[in-house]
Amino acid sequence: MEGNLNLTLKIWRQKNAQIAGKFETYQVSGISEDMSFLEMIDVLNNRLIEEGDDPVAFDHDCREGICGMCSMYINGRPHGPNKGVTTCQLHMRSFSDGQTITIEPWRAEAFPVIKDLVVNRSAFDRIISAGGFISVNTGNAQDANSLPIPKDDADEAFAAAACIGCGACVAACKNASAMLFTSAKISQLALLPQGQAERSKRAEAMVAQMDEEGFGACSNTGACEAECPKGISIENIARMNREYFSSVFTSK
Amino acid sequence: MTKLDAKIPEGSLAEKWTKYRSSVSLVNPANKRNLEVVIVGSGLAGASAAASLAELGYKVKVFCFQDSPRRAHSIAAQGGINAAKNYQNDGDSTFRLFYDTIKGGDYRAREANVHRLAEVSGNIIDQCVAQGVPFAREYGGLLSNRSFGGTQVQRTFYAAGQTGQQLLLGAYSALQRQVGMGNVELFTRHEMLDVVVVDGKARGIIARDLVTGELERHFGHAVLLCTGGYGNVFYLSTNAMGSNVTAAWKAHKKGAFFANPCYTQIHPTCIPVSGDHQSKLTLMSESLRNDGRIWVPKKKDDPRKASEIPEDERDYYLERRYPAFGNLVPRDIASRAAKERCDAGYGVGTSKMAVYLDFAAAIIRYGKAEANKRNIHHASDEEIQLMGKEVVKEKYGNLFDMYKQITGEDPYELPMRIYPAVHYTMGGLWVDYNLMTTVPGLYALGEANFSDHGANRLGASALMQGLADGYFVIPYTIGAYLASEIRTPAMSTDSEVFVNAEKAVKDQIEKLMNIRGTKSVDYFHKKLGLIMWNKCGMARNEAGLKMAIAEIQELRKEFWSDVRIPGEANNLNPELEKAGRVADFLELGELMCKDALERQESCGGHFREEYQTEDGEALRDDDKFAYVAAWEFQGESKFELHKEELKFENIKIAQRSYK
Repeated sequence: MEGNLNLTLKIWRQKNAQIAGKFETYQVSGISEDMSFLEMIDVLNNRLIEEGDDPVAFDHDCREGICGMCSMYINGRPHGPNKGVTTCQLHMRSFSDGQTITIEPWRAEAFPVIKDLVVNRSAFDRIISAGGFISVNTGNAQDANSLPIPKDDADEAFAAAACIGCGACVAACKNASAMLFTSAKISQLALLPQGQAERSKRAEAMVAQMDEEGFGACSNTGACEAECPKGISIENIARMNREYFSSVFTSK
Repeated sequence: MTKLDAKIPEGSLAEKWTKYRSSVSLVNPANKRNLEVVIVGSGLAGASAAASLAELGYKVKVFCFQDSPRRAHSIAAQGGINAAKNYQNDGDSTFRLFYDTIKGGDYRAREANVHRLAEVSGNIIDQCVAQGVPFAREYGGLLSNRSFGGTQVQRTFYAAGQTGQQLLLGAYSALQRQVGMGNVELFTRHEMLDVVVVDGKARGIIARDLVTGELERHFGHAVLLCTGGYGNVFYLSTNAMGSNVTAAWKAHKKGAFFANPCYTQIHPTCIPVSGDHQSKLTLMSESLRNDGRIWVPKKKDDPRKASEIPEDERDYYLERRYPAFGNLVPRDIASRAAKERCDAGYGVGTSKMAVYLDFAAAIIRYGKAEANKRNIHHASDEEIQLMGKEVVKEKYGNLFDMYKQITGEDPYELPMRIYPAVHYTMGGLWVDYNLMTTVPGLYALGEANFSDHGANRLGASALMQGLADGYFVIPYTIGAYLASEIRTPAMSTDSEVFVNAEKAVKDQIEKLMNIRGTKSVDYFHKKLGLIMWNKCGMARNEAGLKMAIAEIQELRKEFWSDVRIPGEANNLNPELEKAGRVADFLELGELMCKDALERQESCGGHFREEYQTEDGEALRDDDKFAYVAAWEFQGESKFELHKEELKFENIKIAQRSYK
């Protein structure tokens, strides 16, 4: 016992994509407020293992908010109640003794459940493969400082590039739209001089792949921006729309 | 000793790589299409190698255990990447980067490899900018630089505190482009569990699909391990939870020598441990030492808060002991100095195992400069504070936020409390100049190899090495081997060797599942970590290391008779994955202690208490230990030592001094 938080957890358990899942209720006690949310799940899992039960499967890796692997839907919000943090950076001091916490996987048709809280987000990789790059083979580059880039453009591109690909935007969206994710990459590259050559092709190809994966449309509610752990701005979606429409209207 | 041939090209140091590139065997484009390369790991080294080799026309397969190649732990690197561009006109050069790296590594790295690294460092920045990596820039639109430990020039390029993320996303997008074009086949949520060696050459791998539990056989004319370091042998480290030694260790057991396993980097600035629940440690970037000043109270067991301790009662011990480099001494030195102060009773915080990293002076300095820039005369102290905090926020905002999330304290108001933590491993698979291990056709790139950092890595050099290996070294050196493989057709994976290799992996999994003991995998991992940290950590001695070896052997026995793995092997089972990794750490840990025991000197991250100068600095023994220790696996607890002598022809080897 390291702390004094006692909690009720309602966790989505699902053996695999074929078998229907359901909520299971667990009690945990003695939780320290210095623990991260995932360390609290570790405590539960260690107990389940001791008792001979199957521990809760969940995605996680870096546990410092940058790899984008963790993905829990906590009390109806991706990455839980705090703004601008991933689940691994959420600490138990944000909860109170006696609270009930409901934990679900990301819910989206394009993110099928693999097991418990683990979902398949490979659709994001395919969107990047469709056009989220600059076609420059290794060795083709000129000297880095031969291309000055205004600081404001560079900073704005960086802000869009800060996306960690966790999928919280999709999980937060009632339409399970991947517009924020896709637009962040399109914006980053559209803002930089290096990205100009493939600018219109990129927007069309990435949007087409996004649609093919089964993500929904954007209805401008802004839930994605509100829940994004990296503060990716919804302005990127507006920029993507401009990129996309100017491309489809001008392409041959 | 005859077994190790580093294959260093002839010629003067500055000419070796150029000459090599112009004379190495080539593979023509038609033949490249028939040559298959298996790449394990998708971090900076793996992703950059995969993209570059696919661009050249090789058929590439990439494996990673995460759900996407973008999650590899390179993503978490914060501070920056070094390159000898000399954009600051402050005296940098290829030779100076080479020299700093050799010296920073305490004269235990191979000259030819390090010089090549310095030579290609500039190309990396060019390549990354061309890919759209948004590095920090000045108002004139040109790239910005900052300083890192162990150097007196500004050669570090950065993207706020997320440099690793931006570089990895650059390499990842290049990789995904090749995936989209059909040149790379991607296997996510797959873990390599063995190398397949046919007639002495690496010919593929056995991988487990982590979702279905199925074992798969994959052929490759060559196999590249880009699987990172083994810092998680300590349980608590700044590595990701999944970072592991399994791929490298399986290769070691198949004949690849393991070099300098005892060289571990303990990073000086990490958030201290807060309790037994702790699952990992979080780094606070070395870049913070550009502006943060490290101190402890001059009085022992001082109960006062930081803000109550006046300036003249603070001991800025790094500035006191190392006036030439001050707070920017290399990591090994800064870590040991922190440990020394805490052990002597001057530590701070509730645990007393922490020191302060203080930004108060920097905030005022930046605030005053900002007031001048904005033409504000007679700015009040409050205004200066406010403007100073804004500048600090722009430079380090994400790190300060991270600190606040974890500790609940605001570092803009209170000094950070920091303590050293395991961060990086300089040791790794032994490789020659071509990055090939002692198994023909098996390569190791990035942190997984031992080659460039000697006994201590300088800050911002890991990203440089990972990308150098992948973008600019392996595309050339792999030709030296594959040019002689053009007549080798792709092998059937139904051959006896592949089938047997798969069966051995299957047997091991069944063995683990059938133990059905009483203790969780984490129980053993934590115990191993504690042994390693206490006896093979920041300070080591003969008695402790001998004890550690016995304890690890005992723990390993207990593991194999009492570990409990729930669930089944035929679906997603994270406990089974962890068990396999911990089983390998339990073998590696023993070798690390043996290597540390054998190296009777102190150098870089390896500090043997018996070998130190009067004022507590590391004492090298160049006559006896100027060699790479490469260990050959010969069965459980049996390793044979091979030595590669290190020759310093271009640098005068000297006792390292940062005073």
